[in-house]
Amino acid sequence: MGANIPNGIGASPRRKEDQRFLTGAGNYTDDINIQGQTYACFLRSPHAHARIRKIDTQAAAAAPGVVAIFTGADLAEAKVGGLPCGWLITDVNGQPMKEPPHPLLAQGKANHVGDQVAVVIAETYLQAKDAVELIEVDYDVLDAVADVATATQPGKPQVHDIAPNNTCYVWGHGDKAAVDKAFAGAAHVTTLEFRNNRLIPNAIEPRAAVAQYSRSEDAYTLHVSNQNPHVERLLMTAFVLGLPEHKVRVIAPDVGGGFGSKIFLYAEETVITWAAKRVNRPIKWTCERSESFMSDAHGRDHATKAELALDKDGKFLAMRVNTKANLGAYLSTFASSVPTILYATLLAGQYTTPAIYAEVTGVFTNTVPVDAYRGAGRPEATFVVERLVSKAALEMGIDQAEIRRRNFIKAFPYATPVGLTYDTGNYEATLAAATKIADVAGFPARREEAKKRGKLRGIGYSCYIEACGLAPSNIAGALGARAGLFEAGEVRVHPTGSVTVFTGSHSHGQGHETTFAQVVAERLGIPFESVDVVHGDTGRIPFGMGTYGSRSLSVGGTAIMKAIDKVVAKGKKIAAHLLEAADSDIVFENGNFKVAGTDKQVAFGQVAFAAYVPHNYPLDKLEPGLNETAFYDPTNFTYPAGSHICEVEVDPETGVTKVVNYVASDDFGNIINPMIVEGQVHGGLAQGIGQALLEQAVYDYETGQLLSGSFTDYAMPRADDVPSFKVDTQVTPCTHNPLGVKGCGEAGAIGSPPAVISAIIDALKDLGVKEVPMPATPYRVWQAIQSARA
Amino acid sequence: MNVKLSLKVNGKAVEADVDPRTLLVQFLRDHLHLTGTHVGCDTGQCGACTIHLNGRAVKSCNLLAVQAQGAEVTTIEGLAAPNGDMHPMQAAFKECHGLQCGFCTPGMVMSATALLKDNPKPTEEQIRAGLDGNFCRCTGYHNIVKAVQTCAGGR
Repeated sequence: MGANIPNGIGASPRRKEDQRFLTGAGNYTDDINIQGQTYACFLRSPHAHARIRKIDTQAAAAAPGVVAIFTGADLAEAKVGGLPCGWLITDVNGQPMKEPPHPLLAQGKANHVGDQVAVVIAETYLQAKDAVELIEVDYDVLDAVADVATATQPGKPQVHDIAPNNTCYVWGHGDKAAVDKAFAGAAHVTTLEFRNNRLIPNAIEPRAAVAQYSRSEDAYTLHVSNQNPHVERLLMTAFVLGLPEHKVRVIAPDVGGGFGSKIFLYAEETVITWAAKRVNRPIKWTCERSESFMSDAHGRDHATKAELALDKDGKFLAMRVNTKANLGAYLSTFASSVPTILYATLLAGQYTTPAIYAEVTGVFTNTVPVDAYRGAGRPEATFVVERLVSKAALEMGIDQAEIRRRNFIKAFPYATPVGLTYDTGNYEATLAAATKIADVAGFPARREEAKKRGKLRGIGYSCYIEACGLAPSNIAGALGARAGLFEAGEVRVHPTGSVTVFTGSHSHGQGHETTFAQVVAERLGIPFESVDVVHGDTGRIPFGMGTYGSRSLSVGGTAIMKAIDKVVAKGKKIAAHLLEAADSDIVFENGNFKVAGTDKQVAFGQVAFAAYVPHNYPLDKLEPGLNETAFYDPTNFTYPAGSHICEVEVDPETGVTKVVNYVASDDFGNIINPMIVEGQVHGGLAQGIGQALLEQAVYDYETGQLLSGSFTDYAMPRADDVPSFKVDTQVTPCTHNPLGVKGCGEAGAIGSPPAVISAIIDALKDLGVKEVPMPATPYRVWQAIQSARA
Repeated sequence: MNVKLSLKVNGKAVEADVDPRTLLVQFLRDHLHLTGTHVGCDTGQCGACTIHLNGRAVKSCNLLAVQAQGAEVTTIEGLAAPNGDMHPMQAAFKECHGLQCGFCTPGMVMSATALLKDNPKPTEEQIRAGLDGNFCRCTGYHNIVKAVQTCAGGR
């Protein structure tokens, strides 16, 4: 595909959305004010685990400006339901996972620090906040459990009565017998035991919502910082509040980053939607950052033991993985699927490992719920695979690139032993490109040079694969999904030939308004400037499943392509009438409908005008108008893959690690806007390097207190923590969507953590260091050096 | 108990009665409806609320509105030329794709313009150090650094 028009497919037009973002004209949820609005502030549990004996709201209710106070008892009385989980996991014994209630406001017991206990609605935010402090709660503090590695042991505090030993499910995937047999005959077994550190997504825009109820329309409007407004509405109306879906409009306006954390239906926006009718006033709620830390769904938090069996030549024979995955105190919207369906299915990586078995225990703890965070299960799987491979290579004395090449999948389609069928790929191409760009040949000289400066330099590899655009719906349904995984798009051609596209995808930084406009402009042969993209509003868009799992272009973009096909098909009929030709003789090229083999043609704009001013129009056989909608359910996942090579320098005296060179060569299939794709990779890399070196949500395992509850305690990557990146793309087009695209949003975060950690271990291997935990903070690296020296 | 406040915001004289505990960022957003200045944290860490106070980049969540008494404040809304042409830094951010979700962007642009005022030809290292009071979760900083370099006149 090449750009047939300026700013078409493959070009990098500057983004349409940037003018408003750069001039302060963005419209984020907290920027929205509605006349007469009140403000909500939530009282949150200071305890990780506590029975609530009594809540005294008397003093708070009398405080200035207080409009209303609600507790769990009020919601129970109003028969408001709990938050649902969208994926049913069935355990190894065929039993459904344990699904404890997830109340909007605590019902008798608080289960994590930050759990909502009550809400105050007041005339101003400060009045609401002041009144929250006047609510007296009589807590009976219980012992807490927070460590995923030990929470399932007998005798630990129980988070939910219905889940003995804090176990939500024990789930198995793969052929256990085949794996055991392969291990029995292996020449070498590499073993790895590690924690995949718990992360806090920390989109820079805190979650926020403004809810209003209109008595005249008997309808609700909710503005909310969210990645999938239709899903939010469906879950909230049908499963929690029991409201008619068509009476609730959910708008996700400009959203300041999501990274997964804004996929989910949360208690706060649900409570204020319900309360907006009760108080008959609009209600605004904006999360403070310190609240975000203890209420936004966290990510990762696995304790894993993994083994790789190899023959004498380094060919992979089998992999065995046992993971305990922290789910937190309640099941968040997609929590159950992340460490199972989105994790174990990726354990083949880029390799021909013939037998794989994974067993995953989903564990409840007195911590914030854990759910999808950039990559969602796939970074965890990639860390298992790539660290095992790197460690095996080191143990067996095989070159890091060579061991990967020996095991690469080379023929496609390829059915893995863990349930996926990769449609296409070329793993050698990205590894070769990354090797060249990273100047691997020059590494020994760089290592020597660093040594002279007292620095230990190491190199690390990661050849990742991911599965994007989760699909098809019927297969996902059979695996427990309680939702469809299609996308909807509407292409509305206006009488003058300009176009508004309505997509069920949502942009919270990805640049849909630009990329989708490029696709439409190219396909319809009209100027990029004549296409506007609308997203994030259930009142304007037919339907949508939203944006997560790098699905926007491969699924949402394809829905738009299908709608364009319908527009063109109808346009041909209109053109045939105008040109007095047969429908079948009309071709559409470069924005013109032509009679094939002649110079007779009519421009797209003329056809659009004829459709809306149908004076010369086949009204006897064709409806006027040019406005088409399509729904698209993919036939398979897409499989982006790539090779990352990281170089670090470690100061052995302090343990300070610096990423000094980072190369990513990725295969995302066809690329619509290279500039935007590169930006997505950069951002993912920073998050992955953040996980590897800096970020960790720390809980006190005795008390369940969140110790990293602010940006002073939780180390976000800053500008001087990351390098400039070298990114490259190789292209094998996806075989099953018309754009040939795969998805690029998560790759950076998926591929990078094992590359960084392996680079550190490579730097320190001569000192005898074999493992370094994530995050590899200076103290931990220093400790690893000291232990190896001891 | 309100305090009389008078200052200049984006070149215009502003007078207001404010509750003394009002933060400067709250005053800008809630009283003046200049919602381009964002709040991303409550500990003075993220930098999304960065504005210029008498020409210096400051975090407007770390100041009370009354501390801006008599001052000249510039927000992201006041950075472009009166005819709407973007400030060269805004244009460089657009050109270099130095923004994604846009939430940190106003603060980042305000910090970056102040950075170049103090050091018109910074090295990459100086740019990264100069922006380390502003979080961006989307871009990995790569293209932000590029934008500042571009604005400073080439890499």
